Amino acid sequence: MQKLKGFKLPHFFNYPPYFTLQPVRDTREKQIQLWKELILDYCKTQKIFVIGLEEEFPLFTNHAIERSLTHEARAAFLSALISEGRAEWMDKGHRKCLILWHRIQDWADILIQFAKDNGLEDGVVTIEEIRSGTESQGTELHGIDRTILNRALKLLEQKGKLVVFKGTSTDDEGVKFSL
Amino acid sequence: MAENCLPSVTLTGSGRPVLEPNEIECFFLSGVDLLCEDDPHTCFPHLKSGLLILTTHRLLWLPDSSAAGPASSSAAIPLAAISHIFSQKKSLRSVFASPRVRFQVSLSPEGRVAASGSRSVVATAVVRGKGDCDAFLTKFWENWRARASEEAESGSSSGSSASAVTATAAASSSGIYSSDGTVRMVGVSGILRKEQEMWESTDRSLQDAFQDLNALMSKAKEMVVLAEKMRLKLLSGSNSQTNATNDEEMGSKEEMQDWLLSVGIISPVTKESAGALYHQQLSRQLADFVKVPLERAGGIINLIDIYCLFNRARGTELISPDDLLQACSLWEKFEVPVVLRKFDSGVMVIQTKSHSDEEVLAKIKMLVMKPDALRAGVSAGDAARTLGVAPTMAKEHLLSAESKGLLCRDISPDGFRFYINLFPEIDRDDMYLVKDQGIYASWVQANHSRA
Repeated sequence: MQKLKGFKLPHFFNYPPYFTLQPVRDTREKQIQLWKELILDYCKTQKIFVIGLEEEFPLFTNHAIERSLTHEARAAFLSALISEGRAEWMDKGHRKCLILWHRIQDWADILIQFAKDNGLEDGVVTIEEIRSGTESQGTELHGIDRTILNRALKLLEQKGKLVVFKGTSTDDEGVKFSL
Repeated sequence: MAENCLPSVTLTGSGRPVLEPNEIECFFLSGVDLLCEDDPHTCFPHLKSGLLILTTHRLLWLPDSSAAGPASSSAAIPLAAISHIFSQKKSLRSVFASPRVRFQVSLSPEGRVAASGSRSVVATAVVRGKGDCDAFLTKFWENWRARASEEAESGSSSGSSASAVTATAAASSSGIYSSDGTVRMVGVSGILRKEQEMWESTDRSLQDAFQDLNALMSKAKEMVVLAEKMRLKLLSGSNSQTNATNDEEMGSKEEMQDWLLSVGIISPVTKESAGALYHQQLSRQLADFVKVPLERAGGIINLIDIYCLFNRARGTELISPDDLLQACSLWEKFEVPVVLRKFDSGVMVIQTKSHSDEEVLAKIKMLVMKPDALRAGVSAGDAARTLGVAPTMAKEHLLSAESKGLLCRDISPDGFRFYINLFPEIDRDDMYLVKDQGIYASWVQANHSRA
């Protein structure tokens, strides 16, 4: 089986029709489902948070069989993800897509777990520390996309689980938990 | 019973009048009585309810084909024998009565119709059918006048049809004037004069032609009105729930339909026109014709190809695409081994009944499971070779198989290819799973070398 940057690809990744948007309804439904799963899996393992529709995305091209997804096909699969709530357009022009291989709610739960694991129930921590600090290493939070992190924080803020405060610069932005 | 003064009309085997050379039919009126109203005792017969045909030379009366009695004979009145056409008097009575056309016919002393006879009688044509009497009258006048001037031109009463002045002047005559009174063409002046005459006659005929064009245009408008009337009559006839007991009406309606068909106007009443004799005959003929090309083409052939082949074979009396469609759709009604079929893409084909879908599908499945096809898929050309049909037909079959879920398409710079549909075989919950037996396993094995 093929690997793409360490990610194990399923056999059907080499099936040429997989890269052509199928017109027959039932076939297309299955095709879309497989692509959604594949995209989410790949992004999760590779920690990819954003897909640019017009940019090179390794999953959308299979050099072994010389097939590539058309723009239409990419848009179709991403739209399917968006309908399911697993992705969002970041811009009006629909060029960049935010991939939520964890939903925002899931990220919120992960943050809370992080706080508990590190005894930060009442503590303060900077955003940067969450993203790249020593405590976050090895966790899913490490390298998290800023947009997603902010959304998760906002969600928790609304629930009263924490407060976000701005410092003198972006580097000083921090979070005070109150779990 | 007084002797019939009118000569009869020679008819062909199917009841059409035999026309004189250069004689052209100009107008038809049905349901016409021809009689002499003023003097019922003359030799002029009372002809009831027939078809009045105005030609360039004569006025013909033919008995209605469905009229009873073989004794009803036809009659012809040379336009030359008509000395006067009366203009229609518009009176209160004429509004309610059937329109009448009255004209004076000259008779020889023996009582036969003749061009310059001493006696004369006034004949009346009573138009009881639905015909445009005014238009007829106008055309009658035109033809009558044209005939009169033609007669004058030909000069002698021997009825020679050529009226152009030729250079075949009698060699025996001398002087500028030849024996028949026309100017002889001699020498340079003769040539010049000949040129001049040619110019003048061309000019005249151009003028006439334009006159004709004007006449044609006005007729065209009338034809459209006529066609509309006929169409409405047919429509109203089919809407009302009349039983077939009204045979005469049904007969004339069929006649009208046949007329419309022959002029090329499509009958508006589709349910009835499906039974039209013309289409039935055509349908059978087509079914016979189609057998050979179908075999050659492997059991399925594009409708457009049949249209070309059939018309080419016919040579004349070509059929329109609409006729072809009608003929094909009639096949369901009789036992013919061919069917018209329309694919989702809109392509229409003729198929032998034995060239069934299941058979084709099975063949395609077999083709697509071969190792080569598992690796590289199948193109329309490949399928055409296996199925023994034209590539366009093969593509239609492949598309049809795709829509049934048997195949998947692969579009790439290499072209448009089809593979066996693997998607149903892939496990929803575990995308890495490949069952031991089955299509997916075969496919993986065939592509083993790739990975």
